Amino acid sequence: MNNPKKLIVSHAPFIHIGSSIPQMSLHIILAALPAVILGGMFRFGASAVAVVSFSIATAMLWEIAINLVSKKPVSVGDGNAAVIGLIFAMLLPATAPWWFVLTGTFIAIVIGKQIFGGMGSNPFNPVALAIAILMISWGDFLDFDEMYRHFQFDFIPTYPLTAVKHFGLDAIEPVRLMDLLLGRQIGGIGATFGIGLILGGVYLMIRGFIRWEISLSFLGGVFITALIFNIIDPSRFASPFFHLLTGYTLVAAFFLAPEDSSSPVNFIPMLIYGAVGGMMTILIRNIGAYVDGAILSILLINLLNPLLDKIRPKTLGKVA
Amino acid sequence: MVLQCQAAKEKGTHMMKRSFFSVTAPRLQVDSLPGVLPDSVRIETPRQIMLLIEETADNGNAMMLRKGDPVKTGQKISLSTDSKAYAISTVTGTITHIEPFPGESGKQFTAVSVAVSKEADPDESFATYCDSPSLEGAVNLLGCLPGSPAFEIFMDADKPIKTIVINAMDQDLFIITAQYALTAFYHNLTQGIQHLKTITGVEKVVIAAPQDAIQGYGDIGASVMGIDKGYPEGLPHLIAQRVAGHEIPVGKDFQDFGMAFLGVEAVASLGRSFQNKKPARTKMVTFMDKNGNRSLVSTIVGTPIRDILKRFDLGLNDQDRIIIGGPLNGYSTYTDAFPIRPDTDAILLQDKDDVAFVSDYPCINCGDCVRVCPARVPVNMLIRFLEAGQYEEAAENYDLYSCLECGLCSYVCVARIPIFQSIKLAKYELGRAATGEAADE
Ligand code: SF4
Ligand code: SF4
Repeated sequence: MNNPKKLIVSHAPFIHIGSSIPQMSLHIILAALPAVILGGMFRFGASAVAVVSFSIATAMLWEIAINLVSKKPVSVGDGNAAVIGLIFAMLLPATAPWWFVLTGTFIAIVIGKQIFGGMGSNPFNPVALAIAILMISWGDFLDFDEMYRHFQFDFIPTYPLTAVKHFGLDAIEPVRLMDLLLGRQIGGIGATFGIGLILGGVYLMIRGFIRWEISLSFLGGVFITALIFNIIDPSRFASPFFHLLTGYTLVAAFFLAPEDSSSPVNFIPMLIYGAVGGMMTILIRNIGAYVDGAILSILLINLLNPLLDKIRPKTLGKVA
Repeated sequence: MVLQCQAAKEKGTHMMKRSFFSVTAPRLQVDSLPGVLPDSVRIETPRQIMLLIEETADNGNAMMLRKGDPVKTGQKISLSTDSKAYAISTVTGTITHIEPFPGESGKQFTAVSVAVSKEADPDESFATYCDSPSLEGAVNLLGCLPGSPAFEIFMDADKPIKTIVINAMDQDLFIITAQYALTAFYHNLTQGIQHLKTITGVEKVVIAAPQDAIQGYGDIGASVMGIDKGYPEGLPHLIAQRVAGHEIPVGKDFQDFGMAFLGVEAVASLGRSFQNKKPARTKMVTFMDKNGNRSLVSTIVGTPIRDILKRFDLGLNDQDRIIIGGPLNGYSTYTDAFPIRPDTDAILLQDKDDVAFVSDYPCINCGDCVRVCPARVPVNMLIRFLEAGQYEEAAENYDLYSCLECGLCSYVCVARIPIFQSIKLAKYELGRAATGEAADE
């Protein structure tokens, strides 16, 4: 009483659930590691390690650079730049040249995220945006058959989606689902190991770090659309399981589509958003011009997001 | 015996963390009374008390109070003859200070400190009231009973009250005050209900009680409605919705639908006052120390918090926090001189290391707040407009006024945005703008 203490006065609530952005980033990275390390680094070797490290490092450097230029507090500590760098690398071939990675992380961090005001303000998934721009500008470097030409594998060294698109079902006849699950296919560094991605995705969903509604409806959209095609003409269109486990499907479902800023938060919108994304992925694959439709569909649903999220339950006590 | 509830101890204000599986929004529960009713810890009458009057002393009202004035136990204290706001002295003594005192959410009080004398000298006004109870008398004299019964709403002829809802739900986590009052003060509660019916003429009385505590109230004179213990089901708004059978539209209040809310302790205090022929002055308070040890304290209204700390031999350090009310919707004070008020249900202490960290991060649109909001407010959109200071837009298009002030959005926000604070600030500013305009006209 004679020695009054300086007490802290602040506003309720006085407790917090304990979640934080760094923690969220950390868990997303953890969830990606099985696919990246077991599926990518072991399969594709040192060059995969180099691409992943370089991608994460440059993403973080771009983030710091833009923080400094815009005189904002340095935000690499939240881990989001690292997450973007990692997910970007997951989509690249292990042989991607350094400048390709550097340009990609620049697009993702600077154009995809920071120009719009940083984390939470980006209308598009930064990684999807970067890949899409690179695909248009230097598409050859994302041609997996070409990029892995000099590699020796103990499985068929063709990118399953190209094979089925250009040479029909016969070309993928020898491809076993088990191979796809075990990562015995070529593709993005972190996109080939089905089991790893599924484990990571399930982990993120049950821990609540991604919105399961989006991931599952995306996969549902892929599955059902592919199934319909497959039923209509089983001699031309691959099975839905094939589509689930090839290309960017799983990465898109667990790491791209549920990105917070560019996706809806309400229940029905999340379902539509995911389902449309999955459906478009297959439409592009089966009848569109591109080999894999996942990236473009993500950008498309990003575009729909603000509109979709207007569908929301009536607020309590709201009249009319 | 000091009650040390293990459940509360495990929780404390430092241990309310996200569960491993977080597929759905987290569901917090208000606590239950321990199976064996705990003894309460009685705090001795302090040497000095402080009474807060919700009115400022500076707006030209003739000051009826002077330093040095004597006051009696049960005496009504107000700043001027036409003041609506008043306090009831819970002691006999001498006024030592009259000073402005900042309250929560921008409220301004006048604090009247009274040095307590040895001899208690009861004021007669309550005895007079007892002889001819009336609603006017209750409004004038009983508004500061422990539990803070609001009788004014019965006076509005335009909005007649048809149902009295007695809220026996604790309003926040950790608190067990209301449940205790419901169980321990059964007899007084029955008397209080009887008296309420007499002075208000309202026949329909509903007690909103925790789902697991609705047995055994057959002859209390009211029907009992079981309420889920998931927070914030016990907030008046959600209870009113259940009593009315429909949502309460934004902009309407409970009176519009013929409902009046009273706290369970308020009604019990009423009963006790009549039984003893003198106004009740003891308030029950859930008290929790920094380690989560919880006790039920009974103390007179006006007791400074420091006297409770003294009783438990507790000190505070710089940067610690005193929370009045609960961890989700209470408020904090800068001084341990802050008194127990008629509506203070809980005092929680929080160590400086447990003070939740707030960031200046923008919203990352994770949607956790939207999923947890009981009012289905699009918090992720709302916060953008609040942070930009666009309050009108926030109110018009993003449902600011649907907010029930439960605090859950801030509790879950992964970016640790003080959302709840922004919401309250926005309402406060809009409210000020509205009254300012009205005054200008
Ligand atoms: S405080 Fe937040 S969670 Fe609670 S009702 Fe208001 S907006 Fe919804
Ligand atoms: S919880 Fe926080 S970060 Fe997430 S959407 Fe709500 S306000 Fe934004």
